Amino acid sequence: MSISGKAYIVGAYEHPTRKADDKSVAQLHAEVAYGALQDAGLTKDDIDGYFCTGAAPGLGPLNMADYLGLTKLRHLDSTDVGGSSYVLHVGHAAEAIALGLCNIALVTLAGRPRAEAMATGTAPRTWGANVPDDPFEIPYGRTVANAYAMCAMRHMYEFGTTSEQLAWIKVAASTHAQYNPHAMLPKVVTVEDVVNSPMISDPLHRLDCCVISDGGGALILARPEIAKSLKRPLVKVKGHGEATKNQNAGYTDLTYSGARFSGPRAFEEAGVTPQDIQYASIYDSFTITVLIQLEDLGFCEKGQGGKFVADGNLISGVGKLPFNTDGGGLCNNHPANRGGMTKVIEAVRQLRGEAHPKVQVPGCTLALAHGTGGLLGTRHGSATVVLERE
Amino acid sequence: MATPASNRALPAIQVDPTNKPYFDAAREGKLLIGLCKDTGKYFWYPRGCSPFTLSNNVELVEAKGTGTIYTYTVMRTKEPYCVAYVELEEGVRVFTNIVDCDLDAVRIGQKVKVVFKPTTGDSPPATMFTPA
Repeated sequence: MSISGKAYIVGAYEHPTRKADDKSVAQLHAEVAYGALQDAGLTKDDIDGYFCTGAAPGLGPLNMADYLGLTKLRHLDSTDVGGSSYVLHVGHAAEAIALGLCNIALVTLAGRPRAEAMATGTAPRTWGANVPDDPFEIPYGRTVANAYAMCAMRHMYEFGTTSEQLAWIKVAASTHAQYNPHAMLPKVVTVEDVVNSPMISDPLHRLDCCVISDGGGALILARPEIAKSLKRPLVKVKGHGEATKNQNAGYTDLTYSGARFSGPRAFEEAGVTPQDIQYASIYDSFTITVLIQLEDLGFCEKGQGGKFVADGNLISGVGKLPFNTDGGGLCNNHPANRGGMTKVIEAVRQLRGEAHPKVQVPGCTLALAHGTGGLLGTRHGSATVVLERE
Repeated sequence: MATPASNRALPAIQVDPTNKPYFDAAREGKLLIGLCKDTGKYFWYPRGCSPFTLSNNVELVEAKGTGTIYTYTVMRTKEPYCVAYVELEEGVRVFTNIVDCDLDAVRIGQKVKVVFKPTTGDSPPATMFTPA
C-alpha cells in the first residue's frame, strides 16, 4: 500500500534555545511537544501515537511517555537511525496513521550536547557495548569528522571536487542564516572564509562542519480528516523512502550514500521527480554530506555535485535549488547532534509560506526533506520524505 | 612542511569470543581476514557469519599484509593522526591508520604494508599500515 496523502503534518515546532544550561533533556522534550501541540491547535490527550529515539532519556519511549503524561498511546516507535530518524519517523507515522494504528502522532527530539560540553565530532565515540565493528574502528580514532572527511577526500580524487565548491554550501547556508534570529552562526561567510578556516580533518575545515547546539523540535502528524478540521495550512506526506548503507562486507564505496536508495523510493511513492522539487532540506552535518546526497537524490549527476552547488545555486532567490533556508545544521541548529527534525520543520515552514520572507520560496507547494544518520564513511541510515502543500 | 605521525596512546581493544582468533594472530604479527567458504569471497571486518550468505561457514585466513590507500584523512588534533581505508591485495577495504611517516605526504593510491602497534596494557596490538 502507499502512504501518499494518508497523513498530514499538522504541527511543527523548533525550540529557540541553542544552549540549554538551565533545562534538562526531558524538559526540552516537553517544551517542544507543547510547542507543536500549540502550533497544531491540539492538546496532549489527542496524542495516541508517540515516536522518539535513543536520544530520548530512558527505555525507548517509556520514560518520556511517562514524563509527558501520554496516557492514550496505542502506537509506539523508537526506531533510531541517528540524525535521519526524524525524517524516517515522518514516514513511519504516516504508515501507522494509514493503517489506522493511531490518529495523531507526536515525534520529539531534544538534547544538550553543548551544555554538556560533548566533543561531538572530534573524539572517538561508540554507540554502546558489544558493537561488532568497534574493535576494528575505535582504536583507529574513528570520529564523526574523519568518517565524513574520508568521503570528501575520495570524492575529490574521483571527480575533481574542490574545497571551494564545498565552501559554496556553507556560503548558501550562511546567506540564509542571517535572517534567522535564532541561528548560532548568523554571519554571512565567503568561500575564502571557509577554505581559510582551520583544518579539522583533511579536507574539511572548521566551517565545513555543522554547529553543536542544544534544543530540539517536535512534529505532529494526523489523519486527513483531522488535519482538515484544524486551522493550519495543509502539508501532506506524499512519499517516503528509507534505507541503510554499510561497508558492504569490506567492498565499501564512499562516493555515494543511502540516499541513492531512499530517494527513488520516496519520489516513486510521491509520483514526482527531483526536477519538480521547489525547496529541499538536505542533511548538512558537513558540506560534503550535502554534496553527496544531492547527487544521490538525483538533483545532479554523480560526480557533478561540486559544479551544482557552486556560484550560489543553493541560495533562495538566486539558485535553482533553494536549500536549508533556516541556515541548516551548518549555521542554525543541529540539536542533540541530530539534524533530521529541523530538516522537516523548515520544509513545513516553506510549504506553509512561513519561512522568513527573505528566503521564502514563492508559491512553494512541493518540498523534500532528507536525512543521513550515523557515519557517511562507515554505516548510516538514510530517510527521504516528499511533502506537498494542499 | 611535514606532520610526523604521533605516537598517540591507543585504547584497549574489546576482544570478544568471536573476534579473539583475529587478535590472537595480531599478537603473532599476522593479519587475518574473513573468508566465506560458501562463496570463496573474502570479507572485512572479521565476524562470526558470512555477510554474503549469513551461514557460519567462515574462517579467518592470513592476508599478504600489503595494499593501497583507498582514502584517508589527517585529524588535525593536538596529536595528529591519519585515518584511512586501505584496500588489501585480497580486495577488501580495511579501516585503519597510516603511521610512521610524514602524514602530509600520504596520498590515495599509495602502496602500504601492515605494522602492529601496541595498545593499552595487555590488550592486543592494532593493525596499522605504513608506506611500503
